[in-house]
Amino acid sequence: MTQPLEIATRLVEMVGDRAEAEAQVGSGVEALTRFANSFIHQNVAEDTPAVGLKLAVDGKVASGTTNRTDDESLSRLVEETLEAASLQPVDPEWPGLTPPSDVPDVDHWDQATADADPDARAAVVEQFVAAGPGMRAAGYCDTAAMRVAFANSAGHAVEGRTTRATVDGIHQTDESAGSAHQTGGSIGMLDGAAAGSLAAERAKMGMNAYDIKPGDYEVVLSPECAATILTFLAFYGFNGKAVIEGQSFVDLGKQQFDETVEVWDDATGDGSIGLPFDLEGTPKGRVDLIAGGVSKSVVHDRRTAKAAGVESTGHSIPGSATYGAFPSDMVMGDGDESPDDMIAAVDRGLYVATFNYCRILDPKSQVVTGLTRNGTFMIENGKITGAVTNMRFTQSFVEALGPGRVLGLGNDRRFGDGEFGAGLVRAPSLRLASWHFTGGAEG
Amino acid sequence: MFEPAEKAVQAALDAGATYADARMLSTRTESISVQNGRVEELERAESAGVGVRALIGSSWGFYATADVDDAALRTAGESAADIARASARVPGKPIELADVGVTEDSYVTPHDEAPLEVPTTEKVDMLVGVTETMQAVDGVALARAAFQAWDTEKWFVSSQGHRIHQHIVESGGGMDATALGESETQRRSFPQSFGQYETGGYETVRRWDYPGNAQRIAEEAVALLSADECPEGETTLILEASQLALQIHESVGHAIELDRILGWEAAFAGTSHLELPKLGTHKYGSPLMNITADATLAGALGTFGYDDEGTPAQRVPIVDEGIWVGVLSGRDSAHIAGLPPGGMVRGDGFNRLPMVRMTNVGLLPGDSSLEEIISETKDGIYMSTNRSWSIDDKRLNFQFGCEIAWEVKDGKLGRMLRNPTYTGITPRFWAELDMLAGGDEWVHWGTPNCGKGQPMQVAHTGHSAAPGRFATVRVGVKG
Repeated sequence: MTQPLEIATRLVEMVGDRAEAEAQVGSGVEALTRFANSFIHQNVAEDTPAVGLKLAVDGKVASGTTNRTDDESLSRLVEETLEAASLQPVDPEWPGLTPPSDVPDVDHWDQATADADPDARAAVVEQFVAAGPGMRAAGYCDTAAMRVAFANSAGHAVEGRTTRATVDGIHQTDESAGSAHQTGGSIGMLDGAAAGSLAAERAKMGMNAYDIKPGDYEVVLSPECAATILTFLAFYGFNGKAVIEGQSFVDLGKQQFDETVEVWDDATGDGSIGLPFDLEGTPKGRVDLIAGGVSKSVVHDRRTAKAAGVESTGHSIPGSATYGAFPSDMVMGDGDESPDDMIAAVDRGLYVATFNYCRILDPKSQVVTGLTRNGTFMIENGKITGAVTNMRFTQSFVEALGPGRVLGLGNDRRFGDGEFGAGLVRAPSLRLASWHFTGGAEG
Repeated sequence: MFEPAEKAVQAALDAGATYADARMLSTRTESISVQNGRVEELERAESAGVGVRALIGSSWGFYATADVDDAALRTAGESAADIARASARVPGKPIELADVGVTEDSYVTPHDEAPLEVPTTEKVDMLVGVTETMQAVDGVALARAAFQAWDTEKWFVSSQGHRIHQHIVESGGGMDATALGESETQRRSFPQSFGQYETGGYETVRRWDYPGNAQRIAEEAVALLSADECPEGETTLILEASQLALQIHESVGHAIELDRILGWEAAFAGTSHLELPKLGTHKYGSPLMNITADATLAGALGTFGYDDEGTPAQRVPIVDEGIWVGVLSGRDSAHIAGLPPGGMVRGDGFNRLPMVRMTNVGLLPGDSSLEEIISETKDGIYMSTNRSWSIDDKRLNFQFGCEIAWEVKDGKLGRMLRNPTYTGITPRFWAELDMLAGGDEWVHWGTPNCGKGQPMQVAHTGHSAAPGRFATVRVGVKG
């Protein structure tokens, strides 16, 4: 395929002076090897480009997408998007195009990951499965290598690339399951045997689980749970559109969280796997969302930034016109306690390996319901003493991290597999004073 | 247009596949979203490509490409076979396929008004108009409306001789009004939460009369801010039909997917509380509970001519007078279970591996009516329109929130209640079903956002339902 930047530039040239134009082009191979009942059963790959074009004709705005990059298809995309824009009412809030600007010099690329073949992914799966003899394993190993380019008629043109690899899975006994997750910028960072061992260990620990009464429990939460909490806080709260609409809980400058809570977004820092610009070509940098427990800033695309009277933070994503900007490279400040240290500090509470099927009841109160899954353990006198059956919770995520509620931050920060997917959040384990469980396995 | 799929299939066979099939898809969509009288997004999208599936041993290999020249199609077929072959490093029992008749056929969704041919200005004007009506109600902060349509051409070819062309047309949309309080928001939606989608043309959108309902839902959203909180406890629960449709989707539709029952989705979507040896004897609910998976229902969102394995659309009994009798299956899973394939395998576009998906999993109507149900309820709560949904990985332990509720006292609707929720355990909940409205109130509700699989796939599914009553349910769960 032609290089993405050439296609993006060609699209803008085809529009000419008929409209303000911005084009995004992505291409690359994404491949995923999936296993269940301890064997690989679904194994897929795709090589499909994505081409997006947004046009503003005298303030009338429309978008179009295609996955074809031949001249005829690109021409059709241009003409049909021009026609759609011409039929629109004028958008008084059109923020205009991103001016030419430098983007951070980051290149999150690993050639071995870009070249990874099905055998390489199968080798990781083989290690994962072998780590749980006598158990049933299920999960996936995937690799992705994407090149993305942006060009607009204001003369701004940028390109970037990124690779990612993940192994995620469970081991199951007849009565329990345990999970493990690893994500990084290269397939070489994956240790299928270590992930499989952790999942198998949790599955064994999960046997003979018993029901406990719902209620408020002190908890130690894994990085997976922390990642889910942060994605909800970000999507519904630290979102410029939600703030403008009055639907966000965020009150900038206020101590809304425990003083130990630090959360920022940074696609350019060490360990990140993000691109250095967003869907509108805006350069990315570090944005502090929570510092010392104080809500510091929210993220914007160009439209909400204009409405708020600030600069875009570079967080436009597909769908952000409707749902708002999203920080896709979040990091939570860590601590110096190991997960074992955190458990040792608990008199009576629960350790939770993963949350499942979390849904928000109200964005402003951040009350979320969900369940525990793949490892819920009773902690008594500083030790895990057994497994409990899955629990349902109904809990405000803002209140859970509120002043005085965060009792510990782990030294185990890594990519957590949150509710919105892998590779979005790096977070440590958390020890929280209270979590509101509203039902057990039997209701 | 069968030729690209034929070439990909042949390449997979030449590379060693024991069976191969391919789908050439060409899809056009239009999406319009409006907020407070302003068009937030108007997007037209098109995509085309070929996805080829190759079977070797115990694994499917799948490769998708947007290039349809000869070299790319050969590479796609060969890659699918190579990927399947690499799976042998972690092998299982060889996959076998249940027999289906080899078909050469075509199918077109019945529709009156091609949704992409209706002038965009007409659609925009309608959406802008209803948001202006909602926004005019004092206290409404956000008024939103949306439209979306898909026009998909598929050409399916298998190495066993299938040649099937389908033209699937889907249309829909919805609107909602949000009122903002000090510490919470209240929302009302129409026709249902996230909109109503059906197979068919723009006539399906016109039928719902958005303009005639805009002011009502806006007023309800504002009224909810000062309504009493839904009380906590056990009571008789009456569910409006679209909420009952989502209840069916989550607590029945996913639980009866054979791939989940067989453990193929264990790590992500989950498994099921159902066990195959209990098929035909397991009590799922009360005798009023009759569920079918029917891909032939005119106008329902999960309706088609053939699934993505070439199996004809069909009506399969799932629950018969409260007893579990059927599953959702494909050719590979049906063979393992020793059942006939149900024709329920679909992929999300050309670039996703087809998998077991719901068709139209619906609850057959009873012989009552909402009016009669309310009049025969001494003490209960009537809840309408979904706001939140959550269920565990076995599809047992669920909790739903609705947008609005009303107290029912002595056979009459009483005060409005805000933040209604209910929770339960699947078979216990369905055992409480004791009244069900009839065919006049039976609607083919559509769910356009059903997620499953890795990589993630989104399916369009249908769930027919009429209002129903459940004798004793826990309500009012608080955070």
